[in-house]
Parts: sequence; C-alpha cells; structure tokens
Amino acid sequence: MYNLTVAELVKGLQSKAFSSVELTQHFLDRIASLNPDYNAVITVTADQALKAAAEADKRLAAGNAPALCGVPILHKDIFCTNGVRTSCGSKMLDNFIPPYNATVVENFEQAGAVVLGKTNMDEFAMGSSNETSFYGPVKNPWATDSVPGGSSGGSAAAIAARLAPAATATDTGGSIRQPAALCGITGLKPTYGRVSRWGMIAFASSLDQAGPMARTAEDCALLLNCMASVDDKDSTNIDHKIDDYSASLNNPVKGLKIGVPKEYFSEGLNPGTEKVVRQALAELEAQGAELIDISLPNSGLSVPAYYVIAPAEASANLSRFDGVRYGYRCENPKDLQDMYSRTRAEGFGEEVQRRILIGTYCLSAGYYDAYYGKAQQVRQLIRQDFAQAFKQVDVILGPTCPSPAFKFGSKGDDPVAMYLEDIYTIATNLAGLPGMSVPCGMVDDKPVGLQIIGNYFEESLMLNVAHQYQQVTDWHSAAPEGIA
Amino acid sequence: MSDWDTVIGLEVHVQLATKTKIFSGASTAFGAEPNTQACAIDLAMPGTLPVLNKQAVHYAVMFGLAIDAEIGKESAFERKNYFYPDLPKGYQTTQLEKPIVGRGTVEIELADGSKKNVRIHHAHLEEDAGKSLHEGNFRHGVSGIDLNRAGTPLIEIVSEPDMTNAEEAVAFARKLHSIVTSIGICDGEMSQGSMRFDVNVSVKPRGSDTLGTRTETKNLNSFKFMEEAIAKEVERQIDLIEDGGTVIQETRLYNGDTKVARSMRSKEEANDYRYFPCPDLLPVIVSDATIEELRRNMPELPDARRARFVDQYSLSNYDAGVLSSDAAMAAYFETATATSGNAKLAANWTMGELSARLNNEDLSITKSPVSAEQLGGLIARIADNSISGKMAKEVFEGIWAGEGDADQIIEARGLKQVSDSGALEQMVADVLAANQAMVEDYINSDEAKRKKKLGGFMGQIMKASKGQANPQQVNQILAKKLNQLL
Amino acid sequence: MNIERQEIEKLATLARIAIDESTIAEVTERLDSVLGLVDQLQAAETSGVEAVSHPMQGTQRLRDDEVSEINQREALQAIAPDTEEGLFLVPKVIE
Repeated sequence: MYNLTVAELVKGLQSKAFSSVELTQHFLDRIASLNPDYNAVITVTADQALKAAAEADKRLAAGNAPALCGVPILHKDIFCTNGVRTSCGSKMLDNFIPPYNATVVENFEQAGAVVLGKTNMDEFAMGSSNETSFYGPVKNPWATDSVPGGSSGGSAAAIAARLAPAATATDTGGSIRQPAALCGITGLKPTYGRVSRWGMIAFASSLDQAGPMARTAEDCALLLNCMASVDDKDSTNIDHKIDDYSASLNNPVKGLKIGVPKEYFSEGLNPGTEKVVRQALAELEAQGAELIDISLPNSGLSVPAYYVIAPAEASANLSRFDGVRYGYRCENPKDLQDMYSRTRAEGFGEEVQRRILIGTYCLSAGYYDAYYGKAQQVRQLIRQDFAQAFKQVDVILGPTCPSPAFKFGSKGDDPVAMYLEDIYTIATNLAGLPGMSVPCGMVDDKPVGLQIIGNYFEESLMLNVAHQYQQVTDWHSAAPEGIA
Repeated sequence: MSDWDTVIGLEVHVQLATKTKIFSGASTAFGAEPNTQACAIDLAMPGTLPVLNKQAVHYAVMFGLAIDAEIGKESAFERKNYFYPDLPKGYQTTQLEKPIVGRGTVEIELADGSKKNVRIHHAHLEEDAGKSLHEGNFRHGVSGIDLNRAGTPLIEIVSEPDMTNAEEAVAFARKLHSIVTSIGICDGEMSQGSMRFDVNVSVKPRGSDTLGTRTETKNLNSFKFMEEAIAKEVERQIDLIEDGGTVIQETRLYNGDTKVARSMRSKEEANDYRYFPCPDLLPVIVSDATIEELRRNMPELPDARRARFVDQYSLSNYDAGVLSSDAAMAAYFETATATSGNAKLAANWTMGELSARLNNEDLSITKSPVSAEQLGGLIARIADNSISGKMAKEVFEGIWAGEGDADQIIEARGLKQVSDSGALEQMVADVLAANQAMVEDYINSDEAKRKKKLGGFMGQIMKASKGQANPQQVNQILAKKLNQLL
Repeated sequence: MNIERQEIEKLATLARIAIDESTIAEVTERLDSVLGLVDQLQAAETSGVEAVSHPMQGTQRLRDDEVSEINQREALQAIAPDTEEGLFLVPKVIE
C-alpha cells in the first residue's frame, strides 16, 4: 500500500479496497520502524491520526466523502497545528503548542485527510540541507550519508522512504523544489499568494509560499486543489480564480514553447546533472514541444539579492521570539536585556543567528540603500527578465540543483557554499512565479530534478507538462534501495 | 527669558475610536481585564498576519479632510524595529515614506484673540503598543505586560516646529482635541490615554536663524502637564546654555504628579529602527469616491460650529468659542438648549455651574451626573418662572445627587415658586402690614435711601414665602404698593 | 568587505542576540563571507529601476470594523513562560 500514489489511494479508499484506519496504521508502522533511519518525522500524532481515520471511514461509508478523505499525509513542522507541537525545527519552539490551525492544515482537515505527524526541517526554514534542525539532520533515503536537501528535507525524505504518500512543505528560495530534486520526488511551489500563509511560521514574508510534495504531478495537482484557497486572514493571499489543477493534466504538449535559459546551463552545473536534464528536455521535444534558447541575464544577481531580502525580512519576523509570551525562555535572566539576548542566543541555532545579523546589517542606518534598497531594485530586474522570457515561451525548464545530494558537512564552514545550492530556484521566489521539480534521472545513484517554471498562476500548465513527462518516463516511480 | 526664542513642535498620538484593533478583530473597549482583548495576532503568535481595519483608514482620511490636508491616496506600511515587552512583534507597524495624510494646517486662537496657523507635516496610521505595569497584583521585582492596548489604531500627527511658547502649544493641542472629537474619530478621553503628546523643544538666541538642539518629552496626556513640561524644559535649556553647557539631544519624561522631569535611560544611538516596507501588508489605496463620500458625511468641524453657535443661538463670540471647542460640551449644550428652549441660560449653566462642579470632582462632561436633558429640564423651569434662580441651584444639587429630574425634585421638596399675582399681592400686603415701622421709615427717607431699603422688605417677603416667592414679581408689587403710600 | 568586531557587537545588540566571546571571531569571519556574496549587488546597474516590496501587484484588503475575536486568554496563556493575574511577567522594565 505504501507504494500507491495519492490518486490510487483515493480510488482504493472509495472502492473499499482498504480502509483509512488500515492505511493509517500501515504508515504509522512504517514511520515507527523506518523513521529512526532518516529522522524525517519529528512528531507522530498516532492517536489523533487513527481517530481521524475512523471518522474518515465513516464518511467514506456514508458516501459523502470529501476529495482526500482518509488519505494519510504529513505536515512540515512549520504549519501550526492546533494542540500539536509545532517546532519549526527550532529549540525556540520546542515547547510551542499552537491553539490554532494554519489555513493549509484547516484545508486538509476539511478535505478529510489524516495527519500522521510533523516533519523535520531546517530551523525556521533557513537552509538547503536539513542540517540546521534542532532535532538533528534528516538523511537522504537514497544515500544516508548525504543530505535530503532543505529546508523541507523531512517532507521530501518521508515521501522518498514511503513513510507517507504526501506531505506539505514550504519554499522561500527553493525549499520545496531542491529537496524534491535531491530525494527523487515531485514538489511544487505555487505562485506567490496562491496559498494562504496564515498559521505558516514566517521566514521571509514576501518570498514564502506553501506547496505540496508527493511522488507524482497527478498527486501534486490533487494536493494543490486542497491547499489553494482565498483567505481573508492573509493580506498577501490573492483572490485569483482557482483552477481544478487536475483538469489539464492530459493536454498534449505538442506545440508547447519551452524556454531553456542559458544561465542555468553554465559553469557550476554538474556535468552528470546537465546530461540527465538535457535528456529530459529531449524527451519533451520528442513529444512535440519546442525548445527555445532564452536568457535571464540578471540570474547571477539572484543569490546576492535573496541573501539581503530574505534575512532582512527574517530579522524582523523573528523578533517576536523573545521569551515573553510563548516558546523558549532562558533560565534565571538577570534583567530584561539579558533575558532577550540569552533566550535568542540559546534558542536560535547558528544559521538562524547569522541570517538575523545579516538582515539587521542590511537594514541598518547607512547600509539600507546599498543593500536592501539595491536588492529590491535587482528584484525588479529579475522580474523583468522573466516577463520578457514569457513573451516568447510558455514554460521555462532547467536543472533544479547544480548537482545531486552532497554529503553531510561537505559544504564546509563557509555559509556561502551552501547558499549557492539554490542558484536555480531563488529567482522564481524573487519574481513570485510558480515552479516545480520532477525527478528526471540519476547521477552517481542519486536523483536529479528537472525544474519547471511557469508564468503567474500557471500551475495547471506546469502540472500538465510534468504529468506528460511522467507518462513517458518512470523516474518518479523509482524508490531507494531497500524501500518498496 | 526675552533673550531667547523657543521653538516647539508636537507629535500627537490619537487613538482612533474604532471597535476593533487596526490589524485584528479584537475589541478596543476600554477597561477590560488584562489580556482579554489580545488575540493571537495581537500577541504576535507565530504564523499570524495583519489585516487592515477599514474604519481606521476612513478615520485617518477624515482627519486629513478636516485639516485641509493632502490625502495619501496610495500609502504604505513599514516596520519600525525595536525590542520592548509591550511590543509583541519586536516591531511596530507604522507608516514612514508614504503616510495616509500629507501636509495640512490647523488654525489656533490665542487668549488675546489673535490667530495663528500651525502647519501639519503629515499624519500617519500606526498601531499602539501594550502596557507595562511595574507593580500590581503580582510578585515583586518583575513587570507585568498587558497587551489589550496592543494593536489599537493610532494616527500620529506631526506638526512643524511652528509654536513659540507653551500657550501656542496648548492651544494647538486643544484645537486638535476639538477637531478629532468633533468629527468623531477619537473619544478624547485624556485620562484613558486617548490622546498623548510628545513635545519637541529647543531654544535659540532671539532672532537667530539657527535652531538649537531639541529634546523630546514623551507621553504627556494632559494639557496642564504639557504646559508645565514645556515651561520647565525651556527654563532648563536656557539655564544650561547660560551656564556654559550644551543641550544634548535626548528623550525625556515628565511626571505631572511629582512635577519632576528626567532623561530616559535608553541611549539614542541604540535605537536604529531599521525601517523597511512591511511585506505582510499591501499598498493602501483610497479612492476618490471614498474621499468624496467621507467629505460629504463629515460631521461639523469646531470652527463651523462656533460660527453656527453665534448665529443660531445668538451667543457671544467668546461663549460660542468655549462651548464649541469641546465636542462633548457642544453636544451637551445643544441638547440642553433643545430641551429647555433657552440657549442663553443653557450656555450660562453649562459654562458656569456645571463646568465648575465637574472640574471640582475631576469629571469630564461625558461622565456628568446631570445629563444634558436633565439640565435642560431645570433650565426650562427657570425660564417659565416655576422656580427662582436661587432655588435652581438647590434643584441642580438634587439632580447631581441622583434624586431625579428637576420636576420630580421641585415637586418632592415643594419648591415651586409662587408666581400667582393674587397670592403675591396678599403676601406683600401682609408683610407691609406687619412691618409698619419699616414702612414709615421708607416713606420718610429720601429717594436715594429708599432704593436700599427695598432689600429689607424683600428679605421679609422671601422669608415669609420660604424663598418661593417669585422675586421679580414681588419687586414689582412691592414697588407699586409702596409708591401708592408715598 | 571586512566587517569590524565593533560592528558585530552593535548588530548583536540591535538583534538582541548574545554572542559569546569565544565565537565572535568565527561569527565575524562567516558574516564577512556572506557580505562578500551580497556585495556583488553593487555591480548591478539599477539606475531608474523601481524597488519592489511585493512580488505581485495588488492592493490591501480592508476588514470591516466588527469584533470577531473572543476572549481566549486562558488558551493563549497556557503556553506562556510566566504569567500572573492574566499578565505576562518579565524581568523589571526600566525606562
């Protein structure tokens, strides 16, 4: 059962091939026995899950079951879950039990999904390797000496290891797409504003977006149907018509114009990765799509711009973690300033502290124009690059990451080495565009991802391209050795 | 003192009288138990997000219209970053580069009748912080944080440094109070912190073009304290300079109860607020249609009301000025007038007896135990001669004490003035008859002395009638009867 | 770009994060590296380019001024580090 996709599980549940309780127990058992190997899940909600599964079975029997009724899922531990610890991968929130649900969580509850637990992640979503979590690193099921990617490493690894068929995740600079690529699964970051950020712990407000992770594009479409909503509680959530994301999956890609940015195929790209990605492009060409060379000239500025904007916004978003109203508080503070400084020094890990300091620097008097002001202008240039490109093409494709999963600690002590992991994904967040990653091959026995970038609100088209690709390839069905 | 010029600018924080917070749907009602009006958004819980209160926007625009200011049709919110326990997010959401109200003017009138324009630099929307309590029902050595007030919408009104003395500053502050209460965007309850003033003060040698270093005295919540604080600060700065020292830029506090002013502990340079556009809030657009509608429905402004009072109620300029300056008092006066039908008496009683009593007990007119209708009822009885002016004071006390309305008290205490001419004639005749010696004395006195002796008869008559004889009528009857005897 | 130790200390104060004496050199070095990365922005030609604060065009939604939140003090304070009589307690605040 654990190899079934969400689509197949929905059919199975409806046809009573199995019950939700059976299914849920099945995944809970897998988590219990396999999770210690990967550390993908940090909180298991077994009792609640089985209760919800029993309820789901009732509804399925009554014939009034909503779309994902009885399907077990995992939530990245960045989504507030009412009554269930939500840590954001941090010591700061190790004891935080929110009294409210994120809208994404509500949406899945309405759809009848069963929540198995919360997944591990880079602390406060800051990282590309899931090595910064307070709860320890997540291991890539394909190579346990290697990273799964981040910050949604737990969700990605859980799906690759078949601990759950689906998981929610978030993407600020590539945190859905990059781990999806490194773990050989499918992940999608919607257009900024498509999915509500209410209850989703904020890292960089103008970049964060929630999205689905699963093994197939078809599954991601089902999940996105549930996640996308119009929410008055999030002022940045956009009231744009919500597609049925499953409706256009089967459109042929004949005549589709695919942009191939030359900047995404230049130095720094692993040759093995390049080969595999170009093969994927050829696959789509064979199906009738047209490959068009394009340029996104300001690509080289995307990582520097991101590492000003994201830390700047984060430095303000994380100021609320001060030990006063919830979360960690240091012991025996000698005075107020000591309480603040030690709570935050002890509660936040090194990477988080670093980004807060960077952000503080870039916003401080005398530096604002040169850093933050400049970065916001560069952001406009990047948007313009894409706008130009989308005049000529329908979608933009390229590698998701410069190379496959790297070994733990291999990026050394220099934070910048890690930052460059997101070189192909960051620009989409800056522009607010949707992007996704699908598995497209292996290099050194590790998965490689193909990135698909769409124009604003073109998730249906991206999913269509991905699905068509997955109809003629089977990378998405591959499983790590020992699993499946 | 006259060797020096004083330069004063004000930053005024006005709490908007919305039902809910600026960014959340929690109530802003005053006086609730701590943290019972602080929802997850107000507590800055993880994942919470702000949504802007429409009424706060409208109230801000109304203020702009009231001072003839430019309206920022596209305004934006920024984050002002600093750490303080009453600031849950660790930043205050405010406006900086693009405020909702731009340049405007406020006209003030001084005691000598002269007028002056004070320029407004801008007014912007922002959220209020919570409260820190340094002692209370909790253990010693800690501070208690109440976040009920956190998120209450404010407009911060920033003036140009156009004021040159405390009188002008107070006149400006009072005018602002009058405007915001008149248009209904603020309840004006100073004691509840509905309006707070920060005063920027500097001095310079008389006639000099160079401004001196200014200090900021924060969080004054009464006109009186503001006046005192300014006077003290000006004196302090002048003394300091005259003694060879230099004024340093600093933030100060003034304690109105102890009359002590001091510098705040935190160092200025530590406060780099690192303003940047708030990414959780989008640009705020106010349409021309909205502006026009708000303009159309704008309640009466103080200056217009003053002119109307002169016209409609035939009040003097001075009286109209006093009654119209405070929106609550103006409303009170008008209701009392409507109820009684006598504007002059209503004006006198409102400005006189009522105000004195309220001041005595430190009550604002909105908390008056005598309602406008009740005062009106009392005045009606004076106007129709049911009671004398003297009796009226007694009745007023009765209403104040909660004994009921004027009619009820007059009835209960049997205070109805005797105005029946027949009864009065008899009364006068009786008194004259009983006081023959006095009558003789009156007849034999010369004209000048006679006038004074009338008082004696009056006294007797009033005593005999237990004060209930209508004095004017008695006077007439007495004069008539005595003249007949001459 | 070589960030001074004094600068780091100032940032640490602004951000209220205590930096241990033993790690300050390392912190400085790594911060320096990141600043080297972001300094690449200076090479960008941006004259006349508008700064972007929000990735999407859009204007702020307005909420009706009606009370929609009930008193949830108990639930919200259940997870607080230190409360008494409904107040959040912190070390004494000195102004």
